[in-house]
Amino acid sequence: MQISANAQAIAYLVSAVLFILSLKGLTHPASARRGSYLGMAGMAIAIVATLLGSEVQSYGFIIVGVVVGAVIGIVVAMRIQMTAMPQLVAALHSFVGLAAVLVAIGTFLNKRDAGLLNAVLMGELSAGAIIGAITFTGSVIAFGKLQGLISGKPVKFALQHQLNAAIAVITIALGVHFAMTGSVVSLALMTLLALVLGVTLIIPIGGADMPVIISMLNSYSGWAAAATGFTLQNNLLIIVGALVGFSGAILSYIMCRAMNRSIINVVFGGFGSDGGAAQSAGATAMEKGIRSASVEDAVYWMEDANRVIVVPGYGMAVAQAQHALKEMMELLEANGVEVKFGVHPVAGRMPGHMNVLLAEADIPYDHVLEMDEINPEFASTDVTLVVGANDVVNPAAKDDTSSPIYGMPILEAGRSKQVYFLKRSMNPGYSGVDNLLFYQQNTSLIFGDAKDTIEGMVAALKGTGH
Amino acid sequence: MPDTLVALYVFVLACFIGYWVIWGVTPSLHTPLVALTNAISGIVIVGALLVAGLESAGTFAEITGFFAVLLASINVFGGFLVTNRMLAMFKKKDK
Repeated sequence: MQISANAQAIAYLVSAVLFILSLKGLTHPASARRGSYLGMAGMAIAIVATLLGSEVQSYGFIIVGVVVGAVIGIVVAMRIQMTAMPQLVAALHSFVGLAAVLVAIGTFLNKRDAGLLNAVLMGELSAGAIIGAITFTGSVIAFGKLQGLISGKPVKFALQHQLNAAIAVITIALGVHFAMTGSVVSLALMTLLALVLGVTLIIPIGGADMPVIISMLNSYSGWAAAATGFTLQNNLLIIVGALVGFSGAILSYIMCRAMNRSIINVVFGGFGSDGGAAQSAGATAMEKGIRSASVEDAVYWMEDANRVIVVPGYGMAVAQAQHALKEMMELLEANGVEVKFGVHPVAGRMPGHMNVLLAEADIPYDHVLEMDEINPEFASTDVTLVVGANDVVNPAAKDDTSSPIYGMPILEAGRSKQVYFLKRSMNPGYSGVDNLLFYQQNTSLIFGDAKDTIEGMVAALKGTGH
Repeated sequence: MPDTLVALYVFVLACFIGYWVIWGVTPSLHTPLVALTNAISGIVIVGALLVAGLESAGTFAEITGFFAVLLASINVFGGFLVTNRMLAMFKKKDK
């Protein structure tokens, strides 16, 4: 069976509409699953319409490629731990990038053999190959940082920005040369340099800025798809590319706003994770006198509280403490205590990371509130439990104009009657900034692994036999 | 109007749709959003199919197309599956 080009175009249009509705579904958790199914339908229609079109005639490589890819994709998606989601996403971004590069090269070869090359087409090809290559190696580096294969610290060296700018200019010049002459050497060199650029652009960005990196690479993968669409004169790819590109761009903007930093500052800043400063800040913290508390102290106050707010951070993910938190929530609720979770936009290693982990532990999403929703509630809250978060509750962001994080919107945990910080050590957060909340009268620190501490609280809550 | 200009029209208008749709996404679903956009950017599979499926394609182009199909398929299948897995976890309180 074969369909006409017009029928194919109509199918692509239906597919594009389904993708838009799919993203629209994420407006609310209740409609989100339907959104995902609409996206799957859109993808199925697009693939079938392409296969039935007149251009696709040989199916051998396609069948093997799809089957192998599907098996790998399904196995990985079934097995992946929710805490490892940022790594998976980075890996998947790299695949889109590499696929875009391969499509550009393959299209070039096919069009050249058919004698259909022209300057506009080759210019679009260059754009697809360059953006795809940057997405590919950039995502590989992001994956390495998230997986701990390479250091999460920003890698900085002299003349870094000048080097990047030089590579970018030469890459584009090669792209222009390729578009005008069709030189294979230019195409190869251009792709190679773009691959290098992906590494040098992402390596100076610190681990603390991972939510921004993930969002940015998400955006790049969209633009790569859009550029591929221009090359192939395929409106579906252009539409989807624009949707994904904008999605990533908006997420980057939201993440940057939540840190009160510009995207330029994140990309070129190389912020945070300075080991030396961290040590000295920790040392001075000990001298300034902080209060440490026991699990029983915290449980004593929580049991009689009207409301407890939990502020989770990346430390909760590392300790896998979300399931213990759910148990604690249930015990407290059985005692008539209202339990809520307050999530800062940049908590964790990717946008919305905490929400997924809490959902994984079966914590209902209507218990989990955004920063703007939860902030007015702290003042009337008896106990706030900060689990593995740090910078996002630091009052220095509001009060200390000399602080590097000054101006960053924070969760106002310090306004609650009691604040308990679950911490592994006195090291400050990723920003390397001392946390003023530690020294507040109403703050106590509970040292230890977050999961052990919360399990201790669960045991204590059970022990009291309410 | 030349084809490339039509494509540009489509692109710019799609950017506006993207802008408005994405701002409506609730922040609690930002991780599924990244996973879902990841899955649908697997749409480059269309380009990959065109490269790999061309009857007159040379061996090198065919191999290039094969790997592009494979990588994009990982995205499509893995991306949607992991999105569904995540979304299945978002539940309201049992009444």
